[in-house]
This record gives sequence, C-alpha cells and structure tokens, in this order.
Amino acid sequence: MKLLLTLAGAITALLSSKSVLAEYTLNMTQGITDISKDIYGLHMMVFWVCVAIGVVVFGAMFFSIIAHRKSKGAKAAHFHESTTVEFLWTGIPILILIAMAIPASKTLIDIEVLDKADMTVKVTGMQWKWQYDYPEEGISFVSNLAQSSRDVIYSTPEKREAVNDDDTYLLSVDKRLVVPVDTTIRFLITSSDVIHNWWVPAFAVKQDANPGFINDAWARPTEIGTYRGQCAELCGKDHGFMPIVVDVVSKADYAEWVESMQADKVAEVASATMVWTEDDLVAKGETIYNANCSGCHQKDGSGIPGVFPAMKGSIVTNGPAADHLNIVINGNGGMPSFKMLSDSDLASVITYERRSFGNNGSVVQPSDVTSAR
Amino acid sequence: MSSTTTAAAHDEHHHGPEKGLLRWIKTTNHKDIGTLYLWFSFLMLLIGGALAMGIRAELLQPGLQLFEPQFFNQLTTMHGLIMVFGAIMPAFVGLANWLIPMMVGAPDMALPRMNNWSFWILPFAGAILISTFFMEGGAPAFGWTFYAPLSTTFAPDSTDFFIFAIHLLGFSSIMGSINIIATVLNMKAPEMRLMDMPLFVWTWLITSFLLIGAMPVLAGAVTMMLTDRNFGTAFFDATGGGDPVMFQHIFWFFGHPEVYIMILPAFGIVSHIIPTFARKPLFGYSSMVYATASIAFLSYIVWAHHMFLTGMPVAGELYFMYATMLIAVPTGVKVFNWVATMWKGSLTFETPMLWALSFVFLFTIGGFSGLMLGIAPADIQYHDTYFVVAHFHYVLVTGALWGIIAAVFYWLPKWTGKMYNETLGKVHFWWSLISVNVVFFPQHFLGLAGMPRRIPDYALQFADFNYISSIGAFSFGLSFLLFTYIVVDCIRNGKPAEARPWYSAKGLEWTLSSPAAYHSFGEPPTRAEILAESQHS
Repeated sequence: MKLLLTLAGAITALLSSKSVLAEYTLNMTQGITDISKDIYGLHMMVFWVCVAIGVVVFGAMFFSIIAHRKSKGAKAAHFHESTTVEFLWTGIPILILIAMAIPASKTLIDIEVLDKADMTVKVTGMQWKWQYDYPEEGISFVSNLAQSSRDVIYSTPEKREAVNDDDTYLLSVDKRLVVPVDTTIRFLITSSDVIHNWWVPAFAVKQDANPGFINDAWARPTEIGTYRGQCAELCGKDHGFMPIVVDVVSKADYAEWVESMQADKVAEVASATMVWTEDDLVAKGETIYNANCSGCHQKDGSGIPGVFPAMKGSIVTNGPAADHLNIVINGNGGMPSFKMLSDSDLASVITYERRSFGNNGSVVQPSDVTSAR
Repeated sequence: MSSTTTAAAHDEHHHGPEKGLLRWIKTTNHKDIGTLYLWFSFLMLLIGGALAMGIRAELLQPGLQLFEPQFFNQLTTMHGLIMVFGAIMPAFVGLANWLIPMMVGAPDMALPRMNNWSFWILPFAGAILISTFFMEGGAPAFGWTFYAPLSTTFAPDSTDFFIFAIHLLGFSSIMGSINIIATVLNMKAPEMRLMDMPLFVWTWLITSFLLIGAMPVLAGAVTMMLTDRNFGTAFFDATGGGDPVMFQHIFWFFGHPEVYIMILPAFGIVSHIIPTFARKPLFGYSSMVYATASIAFLSYIVWAHHMFLTGMPVAGELYFMYATMLIAVPTGVKVFNWVATMWKGSLTFETPMLWALSFVFLFTIGGFSGLMLGIAPADIQYHDTYFVVAHFHYVLVTGALWGIIAAVFYWLPKWTGKMYNETLGKVHFWWSLISVNVVFFPQHFLGLAGMPRRIPDYALQFADFNYISSIGAFSFGLSFLLFTYIVVDCIRNGKPAEARPWYSAKGLEWTLSSPAAYHSFGEPPTRAEILAESQHS
C-alpha cells in the first residue's frame, strides 16, 4: 500500500511538472512557413484517413475474433468468393487515394516551383559541419557542433542536463545561420565529400547535399525565433553530431548582423598580414582544431588506425610545411579541403598540429597560407 | 495416421539419409536443405539480434556510454545486412525448400545439386561478412543501403570483403529462385493446374521472379563500387563525371523489389494459417493471386520513392508518389480477404493463428505508415527519421519475421513429427507481441518529433521514448531464448503429431505422414486428391 501511494505520488508529480511534459513531443512540428503548415495538414489528413480505415478493418477483425469463435459455438460458413465485394474493396481505396493525391500534388508543386527569391544562401555539407555562404553579401562561415555539447558527450547525465539548460545538448552550434523574417530565401545545397542532408523541420526544408551537384530548396519563415535541425543522411562517423541552428530575426537585426559580419571579415583580412607569435597561433589553433579536425584525428591527435591518420608523430605534421599546407588546403582522398577557413585560422590550426601532441614541425604564418593558396 | 500415406510408405524402400556430418554436407534432399537453411537463418537472426541489442544499449540513454560513433555505425550497418541477407531471405528459402515440393506433390526440388550449392555458399558469405568486424578500420559503416561515395571513396578497406559477400549471397539467391521456378513449373503434379496451387507456392513463384530480376542489379551496383574503389572508374564520383545519385537509382531498383521479396512469402503463409483456424476456405483465392502479381509488378516501378529528397524533378516525384500510393490497393485487397476469411468462421487461437492474426494487424499498421511515407510532400518531414525505422520494422519484424515464426509453429509438427508445447507457445507469443510494440511504437513519435535515424546519440527531448524502446528491445531479444527452447523441446520431447494436426488444414503436405518421410511423392497425387486439398474448394 505504501509502495502504491509512493508510486501514485510520483506519477502525479511527474504529470503536474510542466517541464517534464514539455520535454517530449508526439507529433510533427507545424513549422513556421506556409509550406510546413501545408505539410503538417497533409500529414494529419492522411493520418486520420488511416485511422478511419483502421477502425473499419480492425473493427471487423476484432468483431470476428470475438463473435465467431469456436468456443462460443460458432459454426463456420462456407462462402469463399464474391466478385462484387472484390470490386468494391478495390474501387473504394482507389477513390480514397485519389482524394489524398489531389492536395498532395498541389503541395508538392508549391514546394518545387519558386519564381523569385529575395536572397540566396549556399549550404555546403562536409564531414561533419556545415558551411554557409551568402554570395550577395560576401559572408562565409563554417558552423560546427557547439564545444559545450562536444565536451559532455562522454560525460555524466548531470553535465548534459546542465549544458542542455544553457544551450540545447547536441542541437547547438558555434555559429548560427541568420536569416531575416518574411523573406523568401533560396537555399543552394551541396556537399564537398559524401552525401549529407540539410534539414530544418520548422522550414520543412530537407534536401540532400550531393557532392558535385547543387540542389535547391526554399523557405519563407514567418516567425522570429531560433529553429534547430540536424543532418538527415548518414554521412560517416559523426553524422549524429552536425546540427543546424537558424536564427530568424527581424529585417533590421539582419541588416545589423550582415554589417558586423562584413566588418569581422575586414579585420580578419588585416590580421592575416601580420606576423603572429607561436603562442597566439597555438592558442587559436586549438579551438579550430577541436571544432574542425578532432572528429577524425581525435582531440589528442591519435587518429583512428586504419581510418583516420594520427597527427601525433606523423610525417606530415613533422615534415615540410608546404606538404602540410597542401593537404589541408586542397584535401587528399578522404581528407576534405579546408580552403574555406581564413588564412589566420589555417595558419593557427596548422601550427597547432605541428607544435602539439609532441610534434616538432615548423611554425606557419598566415602569410605562408596566403602564398600557398 | 492419414489414409494417404501410400506414397510415403512406398518411398521408404529407397535409401534414407546418410549418417553423420556428411549427410548435411553432401545432401541433395529438399528437406535436409530446408532444415540447413532454417538453422542457418536462425543463427544469423541471433547474431543480427545481438547487434541490435548493442544499438539499443547505446541508445538507452543520451551521451555515448558503450561504443564509439564509428563502431555504432558498423552495428547498424551489419544489423541491417545480416537480418536482410542472412536471416529473413534464407529463412524463406528454407521454408520454400521444405514446403514447395510437398505442396505441389513433387518428390524433390528440380535441381537438387544446385540446391546444395546455393545453401553451402551462405555460411561462407556470412563468415566473410562478419569477419570484417575484425579487420583494420572495422566493418562496413555506411548503412545497409551503402550509398556512394560514403561506401566508395570514404569507406574502410573491409568494404571489398563486403562486396564479395554480397556477390556470394546474390549467387545463392539467384540459384535458389531458379530452382524454385523450375520446381513449381516443371515438377508440380501433372494433374495440378496453376490455379490449384497453394498460395505459399504462388507467392514464392512470384517472389522468385522478383529475385531473378533484382539480385543481378544489386550485383551490378556492388561491382561498380568495386571498380570505383579499386580500378579507377568514376561511376558514382562527380569529379570523374559520375553521379552519386545514380547509385541510389541502381540500389533501389534492387531495393524496392527486395522488400516485397521479404514479404510476399509471408503473405502466402498467412493465407494458409487463417483458413485452417477459421475452418473456412480462403476468401478470394484468385484475387489473392492477382493481388500478389500486381504488387510484384508495381514493386519494379516505384523505387525512387526512397529518393524524394535527392533533387528529383517535380514530374518524377509526382509519378513515383502516384505509383507508390497504388500499391496500397492490392495490399488492401489481401488484408480485406484475410478478414473476410475469418468472418463467420469458427475460430480457434492456437499459436500459429495468434502469430498470423497479429501479422495482419501489425503489418497493416506498417502499411499505414508506408502510405504516409508515400505522400511525397509529407515524406520531406518523415524521410530518414525514426518514423521510417518504425515503419520498416513493423513490416519486416511484425511482417516478414512474424510470418516465418507463424510458419515454424504451423509446420513444425510436419517437419519433426512432434507437437510443440502449446502453453509455452502462447506465453512466447504474448511476450513477443507486447515487447515488439514497446520497441517500435514509440519510434513513430521519435521520428515525428525530429530524431534522425542512424545516430549514436541524441538531444535530450528524445530520451524518454528511446529509454522505453530500449527496454522493449531487451525484452524482445530475450524472448528468442524461449523460442529456441520451445523448438528444441519440441524436437526432443514433443508428443507425436498426427499427419494432419490442425483440423481442417488443407494442402497436400498434410496427406503425408508426420514427420514427412525422407522421400515423399514418389508417385504424384491424383486430380481428386489435388482438388480435395486445394485452397479454393
């Protein structure tokens, strides 16, 4: 009895606590675009049609299971054919399917046909991060899983809860995609290595990123807010760790953000002409290494034998800087090209690789990167 | 004993099985080979199941506790490959070997030596596949669908062993299906017409044509992978003028018939079991045959519904959506026919019937989610999420596997001559039924809420349903220990079974003694016997 009471108390506490209930969702998101709402409507329509068919079919089945059982003295009838009913249950489903196909076709055509976009964002998937380019604004950056999440993957549940309270565990990034509200955005989606898939449920945009090809998708977000998604195509080891976070902001905030990104870029270019100290390069390089390189080559530089080469004691990290630069800038087999990183970022991360893990390679300056490109 | 055991008695004058291990290595007997297939597939089921337990153990809680992400991907990949190619497909071939000759009144399979070969390839193929776990770089980790370029440029060296294993499994399947076609069309009793054949024979005949059409395409896909990996071609590499999406077209041109290869024979099995325990002839025999053939035809022209997000033109998406929705029609006809067979019957609920009825119920749920996935715009939100995982486990576990388990309980008395323990059979059924739904039903919610498939770790809002799903998985996994016990107990201690243990069961196999003699139907059954045992009388 005492046990029962405790249990009842626990359940009541669980049900009354809003935070627990809010933690899981049962249904598809309605999203914040007209298309995402149309899709939600289609989903619910097909779901209710299935429920209705289920009620009829399973109803008949369970009625039969209950009423026509031998233990109740049911005698078996002998009918085993009826062309009429076969026609009926072929014809009626066809009509139901046509009724579903009409709105589905309409939505599909709405999704696929876009006359004019207000702006374009190019999305490039790469193992295991996203690169965002705003060709008209001249903005380009790479978005990685937030370090706060990465740090607690192997840690305790409490630490993950703490990270989650602060910034959603595994669904947070170091640099967010920022787009203005009430604007039609065309996404050009591609990949630089394997197939990825860029998925933001709230936009109902989920499109394969195929290497060597460009797919397009579009969205017109109608509500300001932060929306999260993930890569939705198995793309190798860290497929589960390449989230997407989009900030939909007001048009004024967006303009401000564009300006600050452009100012950062100018500062970045200026810094690349300076000569850096080794300590500065290594310090900056560690952050870049952990975000971009540690997924394969591991945080301690040990790699994964047979799949990803070690940094520690490697002939590349200890050999001539030109070879090292060449591999990082242009890629090599499974190793992607990192030419989208700035000169000072590349110099920092290469110097970090050459001077850490017990390696003894030379220091690389941003100017070396500029001339190696 | 049945009155029609004369053929069996006659055959006992011939030689029996050889003694010892050589019997199994050299055998050309369809019953021995059927047994080999069934035990092999059961072993693979346990191995594939153990991998699934690993997957669910890692997903029990957020964070990474047990495995590295790369190894997790190896688990999901190998789980899929082993279950599809090692467990489900060979199990159905095993059932075909045991049952088809007895059902069509033939003494054996048409090509007995090839039959031996098509089985004995399998253990080697399976061993090569599993050995990749122990190679440097680990086992294939690119999903059972092995999309290029993840499976070509970016794959571990063991991929070449995987390709070889797939080739071997393909040879085995193609030879098995040639054998079944030859047996059905050439060896059936002279007095048996096509429209007299039992549905298990019909569904397998049609499945064999799917296999012959689809498996060479798979062989082509893996051969192109092989040359892309090792000989400098660029079929799937854009930098060499190839196209990674072409891989998906080729793969799914095999892959979609493949899913019907795994379900059509189960349709046949259920069409035997329900009439028996409803004590009423199968409703709509000929519409069942036509529906099976329609499904098989449609299965060849819907492959790109797996690829709605690859960047297909809108006309292509519309066509593949319509064609996919159309499959619901013949599949619906089958479900309606099963329910009409039960209607006004005199039902009892022995273990095989429980499996068959739950098959109809749960497979239909998988069919509903399949219809939802077929709606191309909605698929944008479902694609590659746990909603898909839930869908295909409802059709493959509670569909294909359910059919196989139903068949094992239904025909076990014929194979072993013994009855299994009915009480334990029912306990096992309810245990499996409840736990399998605890595993897979919550996965619908996970998918709709946005959890992608094939990820080793997840955001915290997915934690509760993953926990429930994992607990269900451990329970479902354990249920197979009881299944093993029931089968072994039946073989060792079961009470002798009658020739026709299930009341009004129809079919030529029930005219043979239990266990069926090593050689049966030395003389073909007569027209009268065939008609008396046909499903449409």
